[in-house]
Amino acid sequence: MNWVLQQLPILPIVIPLCAGALLVLLGGRSPRLANLLAFAALAATFACALALVLRADEGGVLAYRLGNWAPPYGIALAVDRLGGLMLMVVSVVALACQLAAGDREMPRRPLFAALLQFQVMGLNGAFLTTDLFNLFVFFEVLLIASYALLLQGNGREAVRASLHYVVINLIGSALFLLAVSLLYGVLGTLNLADLSQRIAQVAASDRALVTSAVLLLVVVFGIKSALLPLGFWLPRTYRAASMPVAAMFAVMTKVGVYSLLRLTVLLPAADASDDASALAMTVRQLLLWGGVATLLFGALLVLAARDLRALTCALVASSAGTLLLLLGVGTPATLQAVLLYLPHTTFATAAMFLITGLVVGVRGAEAADQLIASAGTERRALLGTAFAAAAVSLAGLPPLSGFVAKLFVLDSTRDAGEWGWIWAAVLAGSLAALVALARAGSVLFWKPAAGTTPDESRHHGPGVAAAPSSAPASIGTITGLAWLLSCGLVIAVAATPIARFADHAARELTDPRLYVESVLPAAEARP
Amino acid sequence: MAALLAIGIGLLTATGAYLVLRARAFAVILGLTLLSYAVNLFIFVMGRVAIDRVPIVRPGLETTVQSYSDPLPQALVLTAIVISFALTAVLLVIAVRAHAQSRSDHVDGGAP
Repeated sequence: MNWVLQQLPILPIVIPLCAGALLVLLGGRSPRLANLLAFAALAATFACALALVLRADEGGVLAYRLGNWAPPYGIALAVDRLGGLMLMVVSVVALACQLAAGDREMPRRPLFAALLQFQVMGLNGAFLTTDLFNLFVFFEVLLIASYALLLQGNGREAVRASLHYVVINLIGSALFLLAVSLLYGVLGTLNLADLSQRIAQVAASDRALVTSAVLLLVVVFGIKSALLPLGFWLPRTYRAASMPVAAMFAVMTKVGVYSLLRLTVLLPAADASDDASALAMTVRQLLLWGGVATLLFGALLVLAARDLRALTCALVASSAGTLLLLLGVGTPATLQAVLLYLPHTTFATAAMFLITGLVVGVRGAEAADQLIASAGTERRALLGTAFAAAAVSLAGLPPLSGFVAKLFVLDSTRDAGEWGWIWAAVLAGSLAALVALARAGSVLFWKPAAGTTPDESRHHGPGVAAAPSSAPASIGTITGLAWLLSCGLVIAVAATPIARFADHAARELTDPRLYVESVLPAAEARP
Repeated sequence: MAALLAIGIGLLTATGAYLVLRARAFAVILGLTLLSYAVNLFIFVMGRVAIDRVPIVRPGLETTVQSYSDPLPQALVLTAIVISFALTAVLLVIAVRAHAQSRSDHVDGGAP
């Protein structure tokens, strides 16, 4: 038992890897067995993530040395509260995605489940590793899986969107490698903890190189997290994906946000030498104003959306903007808000993507999810309720998780110098989301359906109308949706303990000494 | 030696960047390949240019930085080569499929 506990940090990588490999071997032979295996693996990953979160909440960073090579020579994994939380978010969304894809996608696309496992493996690895190059490798793992998942989407559109997505990510990878090797060339290490120590002591002649490397990293992570001038790929890519995949992709922008978070807290703080803190200030300012711009651009996209999936994509973009501007402020209070807002927005947008899938299912391919009145959604009380719950959460209205998260966002930025801009942007974003979601909801669920008069539907009576007209609603999608919404509800109900957890996590992050000491035990002894 | 490498990397990057900004998928893929060559060379050079030095400790050779070349960038470059090679293959498959769909090599699936 003790041995298992010791190996716990590697399990979120190993379990999906093994399950993915088995699923590839299984191929399309037994969709039922594949479904079961995939679900079991994800459930096990979720259990590991839960155990790691509980372990991390006791305080301290759990370091795991791969092959027992001592860092900075070997690669170490580390779980702190932030890492644990991200693992949880990934496994929650992955479970919902697998449930939603299980009965619809799996028979048609036998390798879907395997790809999902590899995607989860890449995400988990990225959240666990302490090595910059290893982070690059896990980025590539999750990106390769996401290319394949995206190609399983809507035919022509998916192929064209994939081309753009792959090209922009390959450019991002090239820049990432440039930055990583530049940092190695100057500082002689790739371990994040070691880097943070050496950046502070770098010679003045090398300062420009370090600055350019760090700013290159900001660009790379900005591409992943859809920071404004770099984020135009997002709406097109997400709308081309099939809806369960889009739900999984809702986590992908958060990888960029996570990496930027790790980067900003490991940069020398204001009390370091002037040049070093100037770098941290530049990065903060970039993120702050980039975040504000992304949020406002997302709000415009939200208002311009003509179908539900475009609306949800725009909400993903604007939530990324909110997270980035919080990183730009960078106080412990805003980091706490990041850690509350991030799971909330991921769950809510993923739920909205699943709802889009269900709406397309009941309205047929003709009307699909366009925001026009059409038959199919009348008497879908449950679907309407789910939409209302997700919409209320996304717009940040009480009593659901969005309200709590937005409250923390606003409250934490109160002391920032630019609070006027931030509040204006966040509130404008909420208003846009509220207007657009209310309009979408009333068109989709309240407008009398074109072609059926109220008389007709009354004649049929409840028994007939309740019978599914087109494709039967997928049980798996509904279960996945319920799971996501209830996780969102947990954030709202258990707001106090979660806020306390986030507060501890934020303090842990703003004091990177703990991270450095547990990842580099011999840090003091080294010259 | 270092100047030659720097010029080479610069040329590869410039050509790659120019090609990536073209509107034809073929040119873009070519550009990405050149960019990845430039990046690979860059990683390699970041371990400092050294001639006739071994990366693995050899008995009888003094264990100082002067007598060995840094093995880490070489390991990194191997990984980077494999990844960029695999991704170029993936991108080619996607480009061929896009071409088959729209009968056009334009990255937007037909000139606007």
